[in-house]
Amino acid sequence: MKSIKEKIIESILFTCALITVLTTLGIIWVLLSQSYSFFSEVSISEFLTDKEWTPLFSQKHFGIMPLVTGTLLTTFIAICVALPMGLTIAVYLNEYAPKGIRKTVKPILEILAAVPTVVYGFFALVVVTPFLQSIIPGLSGFNALSPGIVMGIMIIPFISSLSEDALAAVPKTLREASYGMGATKLQTSFKVLIPAASSGIIASVILALARAIGETMIVAIAAGQQPRLTFDPTVPVETITTYIVQVSMGDVPHGSLEYKTIFAAGITLFALTFLLNNISFWINKRYQQKYE
Amino acid sequence: MKKIYYVFAACSALLISSCGGNDTETSAEGQLEGSIQIDGSSTVYPVTEAVAEEFRAVQPKIKVTVGVSGTGGGFKKFSRGETDISDASRPIKDKEIKACEENDISYVELSVAYDGLAVLVNPQNDWVDHFTVEELKKLWEPSAQGKILKWNQIRAEWPDEEIHLFGPGVASGTYDYFTEAIVGESGASRGDFTASEDDNVLVQGISGDKYALGFFGLAYYEENKDKLTLVGVDNGNGAVSPSLSTVKDGSYAPLSRPLFIYLNSTAAVREEVQSFITFYIENAPELSTEVGYIPLPSDEYAKQMAKFEAFLNTVSKETEENGSSDEPVSEEGE
Repeated sequence: MKSIKEKIIESILFTCALITVLTTLGIIWVLLSQSYSFFSEVSISEFLTDKEWTPLFSQKHFGIMPLVTGTLLTTFIAICVALPMGLTIAVYLNEYAPKGIRKTVKPILEILAAVPTVVYGFFALVVVTPFLQSIIPGLSGFNALSPGIVMGIMIIPFISSLSEDALAAVPKTLREASYGMGATKLQTSFKVLIPAASSGIIASVILALARAIGETMIVAIAAGQQPRLTFDPTVPVETITTYIVQVSMGDVPHGSLEYKTIFAAGITLFALTFLLNNISFWINKRYQQKYE
Repeated sequence: MKKIYYVFAACSALLISSCGGNDTETSAEGQLEGSIQIDGSSTVYPVTEAVAEEFRAVQPKIKVTVGVSGTGGGFKKFSRGETDISDASRPIKDKEIKACEENDISYVELSVAYDGLAVLVNPQNDWVDHFTVEELKKLWEPSAQGKILKWNQIRAEWPDEEIHLFGPGVASGTYDYFTEAIVGESGASRGDFTASEDDNVLVQGISGDKYALGFFGLAYYEENKDKLTLVGVDNGNGAVSPSLSTVKDGSYAPLSRPLFIYLNSTAAVREEVQSFITFYIENAPELSTEVGYIPLPSDEYAKQMAKFEAFLNTVSKETEENGSSDEPVSEEGE
């Protein structure tokens, strides 16, 4: 009797796991099959080397690079904001802050991640951009800088919380040894603890990166909708996610080549995050060996 | 691409009719039956379709079919007597008049609205006074893609700064019209600009960017006057700034044009067609605004109504006398 009950529970658990795996497989299958028919009309080399992306216009170009640079640019700006701030916060909370402060600040920080991204996007467009324009006169109304910064703020908790956990997990002996050698708090934090916790920190950064690459609403609202091969943060750009939104919401007929471009863009996005996950996995493994 | 637009237009027409289906009370004659065939311009289509949708609420038994073959295609069918009403975004051409004469088709031309496009820059832009049509063409034609990127490439004295372009998306009729009027071919333009079907995005983009340039329907500019600067367009006869009067007298060319419907005389005799046309003229001011066009001045609508009634009188007289006429009744002018 007990064993049957166990079996039922086990199979329920297995089904739950199976559903997520099947969903992932289904998504991959749809992306692959649709983009396969896209790539039978547009060659992969054209897709990767053409410098223009204008599939909806009379002169059709199918170069994904402008969208990729748009995505990488906003993500890079976000990481430039989030990494130093997140890491500083993590070190402060772990090494300097009294326990009471740490207990209150950490959950409050995590609220940042709970703000709806559409609110962030709106915030970037109507608050951050006008503010930046008063500092940088040539800044466009739509640009990569403002959503990049706001996205950076959004992903701070990813980095600060996870890095803080990683720092806290560093063996006490390392910290004490450092103090015993006469190191200051600052030296201990940056020369001993951060390197020791680097695998966890890198994992948090990669997680934040993947989040930023896939982020849609902020960039769709504030970054513009013009595919442009540039790393200039002051002009309008379009990210892969924005393009997918634009086409999905538009009136492109299903099954047309224009429609299939969103699957090609989708699989590019998927490849990017997949690559990142693998890098994170690889780094994680390598550094762990080194320090523990 | 056109097809998409029709679907879009049909949807918006549906939306419009569902919003305001109750405020019409023209059915004094009671319920009529029959069917009305309309075809022609894709630009006029949104207005006609909106009117047709509203009309269905009043006269549900009259079947109004609105096709979209383009102005030329519409006139082709019209001159063969296949359609009762033809939508047109330009006056009928001599060749088409001839075709109508050959088939004994007489008709009346009624204007229903104006279509106008506004070219806009940021209020901080202090160098642009006007554009010539050639400059706009140079900037927007497909070969400009990736090449014409700076203001001083259009006019040497303008700043050496990147130009940021904003325009309606390819599914929009405004885009079709702009490309047709400026580039010379509907649907042909560069692709490296911020293209959005949402006019708000365009307003946001242009109003927040000193080096921006964009275009969209004049009606939408009226709502955002304080955030944008309207630029005049020079078609060879001096720069003209779009306004109700310059759009109306046709001097703001080529970015404005009157929209017409043409009514076949044999169809005009039918009661259901008469009721439809009356309904059309009465509701055109409101519905043309809703679909993004500029209505005629109200006395102009009264004139169109008078023109229609005069046409009805001639037609019914002719029908009494000898059946049909040999001369097309093509009254021109306002």
